[in-house]
Amino acid sequence: MNLRPILMAGAISAVALPAAADCAYENDVSLRSLSAAFEAWTAVTDAMAECGNFEAELSQEFRTLQPEAMAANPALYQLGGVSNGTVTPLLNAETIRPLDDLVEQYGQQLRPNQLIRINGQTMAIAMMVNTQHLMYRADILEELDLDVPETWDEVLEVAAAIDEADMVDYPLGATMATGWNLAQDFNNMFLGYGGQFWNADGTPSVNSEAGVSALETMMEMTEYMDPEYLVSDSTYVQQQLQQGRIAMANLWASRGAAMDDEDESQVVGLVDAAAAPRAMEGGPPATTLWWDGIVIAANIPDEEAAAAFQVAMEGIDREMVEANNDAAIWLIEGYEPGRLAEGAIATASASPAPAAYPSTSQMGLMHSALGNELPAFFTGDVSAEEALAAVEAAYITSAQEAGVLE
Amino acid sequence: MKFKTFAAFVAPSLVMMLLFIAAPLVSVFIGSFQLHQPVLQEVEEESCTPGFTGQTCTTTIVTRPVIAESGEMLTTTEWVGWTNYTRVLNPEAAWDAVTSFDWNALMQVDFWAALRFTLMFTLVTLPLVIGVGLAIALAVNNAAKHVRGPVIFVSLLPFIITPVIGALSIRWLFIGDGILTAGLEAWLDRDLALFAQAWTIELMMLFYRVWHVAPFAFVIFYAGLQTVNQDTLESAIIDGANRFERLRYVIVPHLAPLIVFIALIHLMDAYRVFEEIVGFTSQAHVISLQWLTYDFLQPDDSGNRAFGRASASAMLTMVGIVVLLIPLLRRTWRDHKGGSH
Repeated sequence: MNLRPILMAGAISAVALPAAADCAYENDVSLRSLSAAFEAWTAVTDAMAECGNFEAELSQEFRTLQPEAMAANPALYQLGGVSNGTVTPLLNAETIRPLDDLVEQYGQQLRPNQLIRINGQTMAIAMMVNTQHLMYRADILEELDLDVPETWDEVLEVAAAIDEADMVDYPLGATMATGWNLAQDFNNMFLGYGGQFWNADGTPSVNSEAGVSALETMMEMTEYMDPEYLVSDSTYVQQQLQQGRIAMANLWASRGAAMDDEDESQVVGLVDAAAAPRAMEGGPPATTLWWDGIVIAANIPDEEAAAAFQVAMEGIDREMVEANNDAAIWLIEGYEPGRLAEGAIATASASPAPAAYPSTSQMGLMHSALGNELPAFFTGDVSAEEALAAVEAAYITSAQEAGVLE
Repeated sequence: MKFKTFAAFVAPSLVMMLLFIAAPLVSVFIGSFQLHQPVLQEVEEESCTPGFTGQTCTTTIVTRPVIAESGEMLTTTEWVGWTNYTRVLNPEAAWDAVTSFDWNALMQVDFWAALRFTLMFTLVTLPLVIGVGLAIALAVNNAAKHVRGPVIFVSLLPFIITPVIGALSIRWLFIGDGILTAGLEAWLDRDLALFAQAWTIELMMLFYRVWHVAPFAFVIFYAGLQTVNQDTLESAIIDGANRFERLRYVIVPHLAPLIVFIALIHLMDAYRVFEEIVGFTSQAHVISLQWLTYDFLQPDDSGNRAFGRASASAMLTMVGIVVLLIPLLRRTWRDHKGGSH
């Protein structure tokens, strides 16, 4: 079966750039990195490549490849790009090394909040934060004299008004592609309604009032969305916004800069960002907080690790940020939040603040169960309660199998 | 041939088959009755998440695997009998649905939904592939000699394209306001969303598979047509047989063994339908058995995979193929013993 080409399709790009001038020193250790493939990683790995002898692999499937690649001895990549979701298997298998010595020796430029500490040991260096927040067409809202919505009820009212005025194909977009994306949108809404994923004894508790409310709100959203929403992933929603086909979307902050990319976007300067809407009054914004950052493999010689860390520091330095200011919400010294970063900052500093995405084995299992079982609700085959009961059953099966539940 | 010579010729392929077919099969078979689990421990862990101004640190109890001194995760392997099969088949829910004649409830169990689509897909594409392949072969065979080369080349193109790429191309032609959807919308004067419901997606999958595999049937049939006995054909014409009668009584019987051959290959291929599901991201509406196995094997963000269930689902897929092939194999066996070919 041709798994490999599918996994790679459209996603992979291996770049090996010759040594260029902008690195402070010449790297003479051969290094490789594996990370996700969005804009910020392109910027960072390009900056790393300037030091020479460095090969970056940017792949949408990095989350599948990374645990195995890091577990090899010697590891296939010295450097890894992770988020708080994808760092879990690496922490579990102890295939990444503590970085405290290296930070002390080479990481003076790092801010204290970039150091991801687990039990006091620095295991990763965060470079940016990410969150889903509301991106909207400021021009349309202004023309219709509408306020920027702050809750999902308001979003639906605004969507109805935009629909009435018939200014775009669909008022709303959402990353509701079956699987990971749909599950994440549910997580956002569920946490926004104050939901708890587990009971104290570790059994799942998504089939609750919060769960049903979350699904009902999502179903109401779909009335204003492209009927093909079950295949729309982040890139698809980004393109819908760029092409002026939708007016609002709760989309990743890392996709913001693309709105002002003149090569792709027909709405340059027209899209603004606001905090993720709240699901209920007085609740947190219905979203989760993420960080992306760098880890270094455990199964490599210390010299290689030192070289990798130095190259990484060149990748996430002030010059890189100054050249790519709008590519992400950087945590790095020298970052000037732009117009499209306002939404993410408002989201993160909201009170009460949204939760960070929980990086645990249980959450991985829960995320898969949600992604597999929720679509039946959206295709109209089952009720919200039935779908959530199916999620709990699927979770219990896989959790028992994985040994995290009796 | 002497037995020794025969053995020397056959031995390398036998070894290969044992190594690459039998051994993996046995290991999957064994795996389907086992459960691998990491040895876990609960640890209190303080973890810090960056914010814009500072960090938020929380202390929670997390589950971490126990790491052995060799650096490997400690795992246990247990014999669990039919548990993996039960988890895949969910016989209780399925039986409840069957006894209460609730089709929708049955379709909520992944395995049965996948089986429904896989069987439908296999059985619908089979006659279409054979029919379309035969039609192209007859058309090319009757075409003027100097255009045959180019016509053969063009008809083979769909078969040359990598399946996933082909599926993705169809997806991009039809998704959202893709060129063909936009064209259809203009033609029918209505708004279409082909990826919004199951039946349109299934239709596109059927179309794609027939388009992709018909050239294979065509090549085989075209070769077969070259060996049709011209004398029989001529005498049929003299006897007053029309075109259809010649096809029905001379050509098709001549091609019968090839039809069985194509049916065998196609059943095996189509039952493992997978590229269409991935290419069209149709999981919400339609899944297949092979996709189910793949989904069990895909690790989630925290690296969990369901090896046991994947093995069970793979074994069930194999059993399904064997059941489908039995009638055709029996026919071939009968012909073989009858010595007609």
